[in-house]
Amino acid sequence: MKKQTGSGFGNALRQLTVPLVAIAILIVFNLIRDPAFFSVTTTVNNTGRTVLAGNLISIINGASELAILAMGMTLVTAASGGQDIAVGATAAVCGSVFVKVLSSGASITGLSILIAVVACIAAGMLCGLFNGTLVSVFKIQPMIATLILFTCGRSIAYWINGGATPTVSSPIVTAIGSFIPGVPVPTPIFIVIFVGLCFGLLFRFTSIRLYMQSVGINQRAARLNGINPVVIKMLAFVLLGVCCAFSGVISVSRLSLINHETILLEIEMDAILAVAIGGNSLGGGKFRMAGSVLGAYAIQALTTTLYAMKVPSTDIKAYKAVVIILLVVLGSPVVKKAFANLKLKWAQRSAKGAEA
Amino acid sequence: MEQNIVLQARGISKSFPGVKALQHVDFTLRRGEIHALMGENGAGKSTLIKVLTGVYTRDEGTVFLDGVAKDVAIRSPQDAQNAGISTVYQEITLCPNLTVAENMFIGRDKKLLVSHKERERKADEILGRLNIPARAAQQLGKCSLAVQQMIAIARAVDMQCKVLILDEPTSSLDDNEVEMLFTLMRRLRGEGVGIIFVTHFLEQVYAVCDRITVLRNGELVGEYEIQNLPAVELVSKMMGKELDDVTGMEKRELAPEDGETPVYNAEGLSSANGVRPFDFRIRAGEVNGFSGLLGSGRSESVRAIFGADKVTGGTVTIEGKPVKVKNPIDAMRGGIGYLPEDRKDDGIIADLSVRDNIILALQVLRGMGHPIPKAEAEKFADEYIKALSIKTASADTPVGSLSGGNQQKVILARWLLTHPKYLILDEPTRGIDVGTKTEIQRLVLKLAEEGMSVTFISSEIEEMLRTCSRLIVMRDRKIVGELKGSELTQDEVMRTIAGRSE
Repeated sequence: MKKQTGSGFGNALRQLTVPLVAIAILIVFNLIRDPAFFSVTTTVNNTGRTVLAGNLISIINGASELAILAMGMTLVTAASGGQDIAVGATAAVCGSVFVKVLSSGASITGLSILIAVVACIAAGMLCGLFNGTLVSVFKIQPMIATLILFTCGRSIAYWINGGATPTVSSPIVTAIGSFIPGVPVPTPIFIVIFVGLCFGLLFRFTSIRLYMQSVGINQRAARLNGINPVVIKMLAFVLLGVCCAFSGVISVSRLSLINHETILLEIEMDAILAVAIGGNSLGGGKFRMAGSVLGAYAIQALTTTLYAMKVPSTDIKAYKAVVIILLVVLGSPVVKKAFANLKLKWAQRSAKGAEA
Repeated sequence: MEQNIVLQARGISKSFPGVKALQHVDFTLRRGEIHALMGENGAGKSTLIKVLTGVYTRDEGTVFLDGVAKDVAIRSPQDAQNAGISTVYQEITLCPNLTVAENMFIGRDKKLLVSHKERERKADEILGRLNIPARAAQQLGKCSLAVQQMIAIARAVDMQCKVLILDEPTSSLDDNEVEMLFTLMRRLRGEGVGIIFVTHFLEQVYAVCDRITVLRNGELVGEYEIQNLPAVELVSKMMGKELDDVTGMEKRELAPEDGETPVYNAEGLSSANGVRPFDFRIRAGEVNGFSGLLGSGRSESVRAIFGADKVTGGTVTIEGKPVKVKNPIDAMRGGIGYLPEDRKDDGIIADLSVRDNIILALQVLRGMGHPIPKAEAEKFADEYIKALSIKTASADTPVGSLSGGNQQKVILARWLLTHPKYLILDEPTRGIDVGTKTEIQRLVLKLAEEGMSVTFISSEIEEMLRTCSRLIVMRDRKIVGELKGSELTQDEVMRTIAGRSE
């Protein structure tokens, strides 16, 4: 029998060990390499406004899409015990819808942006509903079910805009993708905070966490307690769809255009990785969304560090893989158990010392 | 050292953080004996077994094998197997989609290439010798649970095991299958194998064992010859107090029915799980039981009442009001609670805390948009942990790490928290220790006293006779009799189960 001690906060910290350690190592490493690595400076950007700059800002800003996707992926992982590999493609579809709605109007106004965002979210929810139906109603394995949109999502994104790589130039779109006039912090960071807050409120004012964990751990028992597993899994996928929509909007707004072939390409793997690094079991069940978000920032910090070290972009993936192996092994049950045993031994030794 | 001792453990200790699971326990197993290892949940049986089989490493103590006075280190299940210690667990650990022969030789082939024919011939030989009704070429999953277990035993025996550990092998077997297993055990005893038998069924201990070792709270109580230890004493030794006797338990007799509205009434209820349409009603404050052999439909009937399986027909009224029960949530809204037969697969959410497990059903009843505030959840959990004396380190402990009896209490707490009008308990006492059993029986009677209707299902007829004022007997998925009052005797129940013509 395991005895659990310590406060809820202590437990939370323990579960977030791996992403926190990863980030700490990256910070220390970079500080040694270049003490000025994390210094935040102000520069004047090309629109003539004073904004914050520096590696720290670029890491947090650059990880925005990934962080949002990791939040949704956490829920899908928890409830279905599988992953959605179509998040990049879904975000491409959402981004295309966003662009389509904006470009079909005469001029881009605040209202048309709002309509476009709503349409984009609707598209994301629809994709989520599609995946969710395959997984929960037809009981197809999540990876196989989402393989469908993974394969055809970018083609759909291409059709939506009739084959072009349309641009949407508007100060409002630029503001979403970079800076709001007068605010020195990049806007995507605020969007991440907004989405995170929404999830926070969702967990605070509903018992969705308990439902999703129950379904993920023991679906049969959950059903016998009155929970409808089909609905819960569907809900997880739909929420992930909403996350895809936000990511799509950010990504499109950064460049003011959509390239359906390259937008958020291969981000699904990073999103899954963020969930894993965050200390969540990919087999579903208990989850910690904060862990996944930290995982996302750790991944981005790693990428930025490698770029800063002038590692050629062709080699970056290999270097990344090495670090990921270390992180995953560090978080594995075997290593965790070894650490626990070590701690126990120390405790026993000190207890014996006290007796003597 | 005695010549015929095959395994001797001396002064075994094992601690986990915060728990001393075993303290200086001795255990001796002789050649050709069946030795029962008894104790309540948490007594240290499983820990001792796991130490002997290398799942845990012992903190202190020595293990001698074969009368050789040299300590044997058992660091892994592989070590144990090499030393001739084999274990067959309650849950079959073989591969159901391989053949019987493949299962018997998996991981043991010395050569890379082995002919299937040769392997099957050898397997058939062993099966024949041990009188196990299975063929080598058969897929294992197609065999009954009992036969699978016997095949696991055959595998162990063929690996020249000297010590065979059977951990709760009979929990999911019916009487015939148990007898088959016992025959096999006796045969192996005759061949000189030392067998350690862990079970919760007292009568099985007396049917097949030679010696009993009793553990309590991680300490050795003693080793006894079976003829010197009557069952009553065994129970009192396990519980560490003079037997909390059941004579004080008064079951309720209800006043004759006079047109009152039953709490629950069903007509022609049937489910996709193959229960024939049946009628059923229960009155306020009544305790009734469903009796019958495994597979007779007793569990399927209550699952239909709760909407756990797809309901295919019938009308239901709860307190006179017509209700449609299609899903568990419908039944829950009607005030029904259901403790399922399969605690592990249908009951607990293993990784979640005791607290989350306790509040789950109430939370679902309140709805997703009305989360139970943390302070309230903590109050509920503490209240029920205390009321049912659930043994847990804290309310935050994952329920999966509790012992079976305490897990069962957590599920019971979950339903009591919803204050149901009608509570269905399907095998609430299976696989849990004697003390908790009587506790649960008492609780059932107390709840009925307070006006709750309870359906109590158990494989042990005696237990139902003790608690139920009405017994519904099932055979072949339909109701074949209803007993009450003076008809409620063991004989009468057995006769009804078997069929009156016999």
